Amino acid sequence: MRPLITAIGLLLGWEALVWATGVPSYILPPPSRVLTVLIERSDLLVAEAAWTATEMVVGLLLGLVLGGTLAIVFAASAGWRRWALPLVIVSQAIPVIAIAPLLVMWLGYGMASKVAMAALVIFFPVVSTLYDGLRRTNEGWLDLARTMDASPRAVLLQIRLPAALPAFASGARIAAAVAPIGAVIGEWVGASAGLGYLMTLSLARGQTPLAFAALVVLCLLGLALYYATDWAARVLVPWQSQGE
Amino acid sequence: MTYLSAAPPLLVRDARIAFGERLVARDLTLEFPAGRTTCLLGRSGVGKTSLLRWLAGLLPDAPRAQPVAYMAQSDLLLPWLSVLDNVLLGYRLRGDRVALAAAEARARILLAEVGLADRLDDRPAQLSGGMRQRAALARTLCEDRPVVLMDEPFAHLDAVTRLELQDLAARLLAGRTAVLVTHDPLEALRVGHQIRVLSGSPFIAGPAIEPVGVVPRDPADPALLGLHARLVAELRGLAP
Repeated sequence: MRPLITAIGLLLGWEALVWATGVPSYILPPPSRVLTVLIERSDLLVAEAAWTATEMVVGLLLGLVLGGTLAIVFAASAGWRRWALPLVIVSQAIPVIAIAPLLVMWLGYGMASKVAMAALVIFFPVVSTLYDGLRRTNEGWLDLARTMDASPRAVLLQIRLPAALPAFASGARIAAAVAPIGAVIGEWVGASAGLGYLMTLSLARGQTPLAFAALVVLCLLGLALYYATDWAARVLVPWQSQGE
Repeated sequence: MTYLSAAPPLLVRDARIAFGERLVARDLTLEFPAGRTTCLLGRSGVGKTSLLRWLAGLLPDAPRAQPVAYMAQSDLLLPWLSVLDNVLLGYRLRGDRVALAAAEARARILLAEVGLADRLDDRPAQLSGGMRQRAALARTLCEDRPVVLMDEPFAHLDAVTRLELQDLAARLLAGRTAVLVTHDPLEALRVGHQIRVLSGSPFIAGPAIEPVGVVPRDPADPALLGLHARLVAELRGLAP
């Protein structure tokens, strides 16, 4: 309740500031104007939001699958770990924004380049959290499995992997929070649809209130993605980390 | 439920046990009699757990002599499996479907014997500490290995629950060759057919003490209490 009051207070302050200074709407639109645009242009906003949401969700799923697979490969094979893990870490030094134009060039202005962008942004947090979880299995469980003559494969699939799922769930939450960044950067660089595209377009045409409205919808999308992921993680992985 | 085939004795000959840099025991020769429970009693840090882990083949460069079932201080139940699946963990890990199907009936009987017949589908988080340790006991016995190794299995439990579990364990271990490590003289006297006191560094095992009476022994038995006083005095006289 209190954060809500703070937010309303800030919005009222913003409204008052615009009213008092008389700053034109294409520089800083008052919240009331943004709200009007939100309602008036809701058809357009919903259509663009659906496009961006698809990019985010597909990118998130792709990143989770690819990152998860690679983490399991690293945990299972010392060879892969030695040859490829340092590369994955070093690859994080490349600013994702710098690759965005390349992805657009290779994959086009459509959805593929944005999905790739989102997947790329979340890839590392997913790999590192799951790989960390796979390495930190309760020693007692591993000892127990050893006395039971379990094969390394059985230990990985039946003990280390489920034990690492809470860590993977944290990775997925981080991923859900950053996936929108990837999708929107992709849209800014070059797109023909989506909320990021709508923002750049309306800013270029001096329709700042519409850009703000798109930003509001983008925030809502990001929140929805985060809470949906959080909910799924809690339903699918009800047990918490290692335990005793 | 008794062990399905005759349990063999467990022999240790001229063993050298090291834990990291530390030499825990050398030229160690011990015999754990077949079908009996031997309690290893000693103060903290003497090397009881190292010996047990060595027997279980869990120390580096120490292949174990024969298949064992191992029960640790914590229950080690997997939180994502039901109680029944936890008891069947060994069969699940070995991936032998036929053996798994055959073991399920045994698992159900064992869980009934430890009083968890109506908790088969519960997750470990839904059980109390005592129930969890009883499930761990059922898992250990379901393994159906000739030798059972237990490392202070009841140390974390409250006094009454501990007494109950000692009774249960003594009853269910009948016929198996079991080694139970403990720092509690009363526990050793209640469940051990034989007691060996470990002392020194590297440790040596004292002579076998065989209290009279059948296990689980009554904790109120005056003879038992006399022995208890003697063991406590002996442990106190030892360097920690």
